[in-house]
Amino acid sequence: MLARLIKSEPVYLFFRSPAAMLAAIVAILVLGGAAFAPFLASTDPYDLSSFSLMDGLLPPLWEGGDPRFLLGTDDQGRDMVSAILFGARLSLTIGLMAMAVASVLGVGLGLAAGYFGGRFDAIVMRIADIQLALPAILTALLIDGISRGVLPPAIHQDLRVAVLTLAIALSLWVNFARTARASVFVERNKDYVQAAMIMGQHPLRVMLRHILPNIMGPLLVIMTVDLASAILLEATLSFLGIGLPADSPSLGTLIRIGMQFLLSGEWWILWVPTLFLVALVVSINVLGDFLRDVFNPRLR
Amino acid sequence: MAFFILKRLIQSVFVMIAVAFLAFSLFRFVGDPVSQMTGVETSAEDSARLREELGLNDAFIVQFGRFTNNMLHGDFGYSYRTRQPVADMIAARIPATLELGTVALLISLLVGIPTGVYTALRPRGFVTQAILLTTLVGVSIPTFVIGIMLIFLFGVQLGWLPTFGRGGTVQIGGWTSSLFTFDGWRALILPAVTLGVYQLTLTMRLVRAEMMEVLRSDYIRFATARGIPYRSLYFRHALANTMVPVITIIGLQFGGVIAFSIVTESVFQWPGMGLLFLESIRFVDIPVMGVYLVVIAFFFVLVNMIVDLLYVAIDPRLRVRGDG
Repeated sequence: MLARLIKSEPVYLFFRSPAAMLAAIVAILVLGGAAFAPFLASTDPYDLSSFSLMDGLLPPLWEGGDPRFLLGTDDQGRDMVSAILFGARLSLTIGLMAMAVASVLGVGLGLAAGYFGGRFDAIVMRIADIQLALPAILTALLIDGISRGVLPPAIHQDLRVAVLTLAIALSLWVNFARTARASVFVERNKDYVQAAMIMGQHPLRVMLRHILPNIMGPLLVIMTVDLASAILLEATLSFLGIGLPADSPSLGTLIRIGMQFLLSGEWWILWVPTLFLVALVVSINVLGDFLRDVFNPRLR
Repeated sequence: MAFFILKRLIQSVFVMIAVAFLAFSLFRFVGDPVSQMTGVETSAEDSARLREELGLNDAFIVQFGRFTNNMLHGDFGYSYRTRQPVADMIAARIPATLELGTVALLISLLVGIPTGVYTALRPRGFVTQAILLTTLVGVSIPTFVIGIMLIFLFGVQLGWLPTFGRGGTVQIGGWTSSLFTFDGWRALILPAVTLGVYQLTLTMRLVRAEMMEVLRSDYIRFATARGIPYRSLYFRHALANTMVPVITIIGLQFGGVIAFSIVTESVFQWPGMGLLFLESIRFVDIPVMGVYLVVIAFFFVLVNMIVDLLYVAIDPRLRVRGDG
């Protein structure tokens, strides 16, 4: 299994593309840092007792800061390294969850629409068209706004992460649905699918066991690209003050807080989370571009 | 031809009705309008009377009909937050957003089309590779980060340009414009560039893809064989044939510009509709949210109508097929 994987074409191409390798290293480092944030971070940015105002606004180490704080501290004395690790943890959690929800919903609807066709297909695709005309950020803002009106404020506060995840997922499912549907149209008339259908297998089984494995390539590309979009959307919403509140800072919230120091010279409070976010998203997009080239031999 | 336009018009009307229905549902079902408009000290009878006056006891379809009728007559209801007519609030904000969006779109087209053509003509050149890499990074950088970077560089470090607000404005028949003062243009540059950059990369990539497609086609090969000068070949024969898809994206980009103007306006505190929409979300000001949607949808529909008409003007085949 492993030997087959190592000899496979994507892996071969991967080790010949320096950009993809660099991007993978950055992405793995960020992912690892986020996953092990509680062990890596020197302070807990959510725990007010773990940092002190006395350490506030210390610059990064190379600008004459304190050796305890590699990238300096914010005005509350919060260690910036800890802040971005925990911020990335939250951003990635929301991004991955939103991507998962969007892919299950989108692929499910797309598979069914492509497989059954007819009226169901028409309805799903009409909804997709309408949503495609609305940019994702507008959809997400709208869903968030509606949830504020429907849910009582206290409950809304508790459900912030869930609401945000759902808002992002509902604005990204269209890509999955359209890709899955288009791929199903290609696969449906192939012999193996016809054979499975004639054998009288349950449609669900045909879709999930026969068609889905054969259309994973393009879906994987969409997954990567949409993970980047989801992270960007979360960051944007939090930056606008619509996403997560300041007491559980994601990368977007950290950037919003840092904006207050744009004019006052404490540049690291703004630029550390900003560059971290950009590095993460760029590396995911580079990986997505690489996957697209791998799965689309025409472009090679 | 006339049939084609008529069909488009009818479709547009249906879209507007659907959006109006969405806005009405928001108003009617997200939170209770009466409890939003009254305070804790309002008596039960007063609430009931207000409910009756607003017609909230009528049948749903009657309410929706009245809502739509009011909108057609310019009555968009009142904001929960400021108690002002929503129509006035939105109208005061429209010029700022439209000017910002138009200038951003112009930047996107005036820079995007030439670079797209260039990168298509020299696909392996060093400059092309550099431009393509820049756009890949550019797509990955969120709009608000681009805005912050521009503010930092030109506003804080160099001190050349203002970083918030619209600068000097001029009143022209109720339209507050910042396009006629030097100060206003200075204030417009950073937000418009921020908003235009992302659209620019899209325009460039599309023009490039279309141009490469056209350059491979038979008629260009024949034209080359006939010895038509390259300048005329590229710009008259090839570029003209990429115009239909390019116009399509202008229509699509308009949506993107409106959506991202929310972000840009927030970064630069630009007093447009986007900023108003954000405030209305934050304060759950449902009437403003709903009307914002209707106004945006109206502009969408309008731009798409114009795009459809341009198709017919540009592509002679559509004129022959006419009602097809």
